[in-house]
Amino acid sequence: MDQVGPVLVDGVIYSAWLFIAAVGLTLVYGVMKILNVTHGSFYALGAYAGASLTGAWLARGYPPALSYAVLLGGALLVTLVFAPAIERGLLRFMYAKDEVVILLVTYALFLILEDTIKLIWGVNPYFVAEPYALLGSFEVGGLKYPTYNLILVGLALALAAGLAWVLHSTRVGKLLLAVIHDPEMSRALGVNVDRYYLVTFTLACFLAALGGSFTAPTVSVVPGLGVDVIVLSFAVVVIGGLGSLPGAALGAVIVGLVRSVSVHYMPQVELFVIYSVMALVLAFRPRGLFGLAEPRKI
Amino acid sequence: MQALRKLATLAFVAAALAPVWAFAQQPVKIGFVMFLSGPAASPFGVPAKQSADFVVDELNAGKGPAPYGKAGFGGSKIEMVAIDEAGPTTSVVTEYRNLVQRSNVDLVIGYISSGSCLAIAPVAEELKKLTNFFDCGTPRIFEDASYKYVFRTSPTATMDSVGAALFVKEARKGIKSIAGLNQNYAWGQDSWGDFELSMKTLMPGIEVKTSQMPKLFAGQYNAEISALLGAGADVIHSSFWDGDLEALILQASPRGLMDKSMMVLTTGETAMHKLAAQIPDGTVLGARGPFGPYAPDNAYNRWFSKGYEARFQAPPNYASYQMAQAILGVKAAWEKAMAGNGGKRPTNEQVGAALEHLAFDGPGGHVRMAIGKGHQAIMETAYGMTKRAGGKLTMVNVKRYPAEMVNPPEGAKSADWIKGGFKK
Repeated sequence: MDQVGPVLVDGVIYSAWLFIAAVGLTLVYGVMKILNVTHGSFYALGAYAGASLTGAWLARGYPPALSYAVLLGGALLVTLVFAPAIERGLLRFMYAKDEVVILLVTYALFLILEDTIKLIWGVNPYFVAEPYALLGSFEVGGLKYPTYNLILVGLALALAAGLAWVLHSTRVGKLLLAVIHDPEMSRALGVNVDRYYLVTFTLACFLAALGGSFTAPTVSVVPGLGVDVIVLSFAVVVIGGLGSLPGAALGAVIVGLVRSVSVHYMPQVELFVIYSVMALVLAFRPRGLFGLAEPRKI
Repeated sequence: MQALRKLATLAFVAAALAPVWAFAQQPVKIGFVMFLSGPAASPFGVPAKQSADFVVDELNAGKGPAPYGKAGFGGSKIEMVAIDEAGPTTSVVTEYRNLVQRSNVDLVIGYISSGSCLAIAPVAEELKKLTNFFDCGTPRIFEDASYKYVFRTSPTATMDSVGAALFVKEARKGIKSIAGLNQNYAWGQDSWGDFELSMKTLMPGIEVKTSQMPKLFAGQYNAEISALLGAGADVIHSSFWDGDLEALILQASPRGLMDKSMMVLTTGETAMHKLAAQIPDGTVLGARGPFGPYAPDNAYNRWFSKGYEARFQAPPNYASYQMAQAILGVKAAWEKAMAGNGGKRPTNEQVGAALEHLAFDGPGGHVRMAIGKGHQAIMETAYGMTKRAGGKLTMVNVKRYPAEMVNPPEGAKSADWIKGGFKK
């Protein structure tokens, strides 16, 4: 069956995109125990910034090869403008409150940012096709794929490897693991937990913005881009276990492959197959596949 | 002598001011409803609003082409009240009630989403307010119910699918299979359903290779494109619009989807100008009727398209044309009712009676309110294929289909009409 090749390739590409989009969400939950709905807004901000900056870059006639750096720069820019301000200016005061309150606050922020995006960029779609077409294409099973998709896959792998290395092999990473397991004890032992929260939130938002920015050349950036991403990211993260990075990776791979198989062989169920997988996983493992066991504290 | 002179001056002033007074009669307040935010704003709502701005300003200045030369509506200035269609259906209905009962508009022209139209129609009847749907596509409005105050001066989406099927049959010989890529909600499902049914009726024995129905606004279609490439159908039908349509074109072109299969984009005209460089030659674009590149070269189109482009630096798209047509149709009915009312301002009922079964002309050509008991318009439709000539995207191989060929007859339901072999 020469369909197997394309099914796998499609699955891998989609999984890579899902991982990049979802990893920031699971990171924030793991460290700060916050379900960060603003995650979707940062994805959208990254996409808009990437598309408009790259569009301006190319319109001025600068080398197209550097447009990838512009995409990266765009994501970094929006993160630095919004993320620290949100964390220091608003979320910081909410940590002591109920989880539901924080969820509502992040949801409110999401709505505010959606309209802010419309204020800044208007309602027209943006697109910047050159980075997508620049790298040519490759063939699998008789079907052409743009090579740009391999960048997404490469980015996902680099992120996964990079985060794993930081968490397990560096001092900062190990302290972060300590904060994940027990923020109170870490604080008592002298770790500057507030600074870790700030860094984690900024990093997670940067990852979301990066996902949006590098996806921008493949789609048309429209208002409402962030909504879909949040829903899918939640599904992926819940399957893998909230707070678990290997969980996010596994969740992304599962969802990506399942969706690819269903699109090719049974397109009618494609819409809900992701959520049926999620329901199935939760039925047998309510904490997700790699969910962290949480000891009950008195 | 003094008194006589004063009287004469007064009379002179009054006579001089008379036209001003006549014009300064109570204005005609029209509520305009379309998407001004959200994904449907950019391809449909904003072009429609711009069209309304242009047409209303021109009409108020008396610059409309004959027979639309009278200022405003029958001499009364048009006052626009524009609101946003965005939001859940319940808020759309609430906003409509506000428009009618608080803003006291004389009539309403609007609605892009079929969901909005289906919800608003009964409310318009209840409030007895003349409402003209200018864009929404669902045939169900006048097929499932009858209305006194609700009209639609644009043809239904059935026409798009039937026209597409007729065009495809003529334009590509030896079609054996079709495939679809549509958004999984009412619009996408109905568009594909009508097209599939039309193709099966016109060419029995045709094979449906696959029907992809991704989520609305999914944005990523790599897997669907792979599935379509693998299926290798002769014709691919898609009713995608706005961001999804642009994403599809951006993702499908480099992968050569349009090389093997004939791609039919039923609302493709809205992306024609922005994505001119990315659309491969031979793509079939629909404009939901004789609009945009398919508009006839008549006085109305010359006035409308030149004026619109001069004002907004972009050509009008089909939503703009539909809005212009909606305003002109209501104006024609208003003035006809006024004439039959001894020159007095007509009531909603009188305008409605005049609009029923009316035939009028606009930038898109001839419009006949011929079905839905005279409340639903029919027009001819046109389809063509893209070809880049001298850096500009033009439409070639344009075929037109008369109104009766692509619209169901009075009293027939679209699906039954198609299944029955398009009997008149």
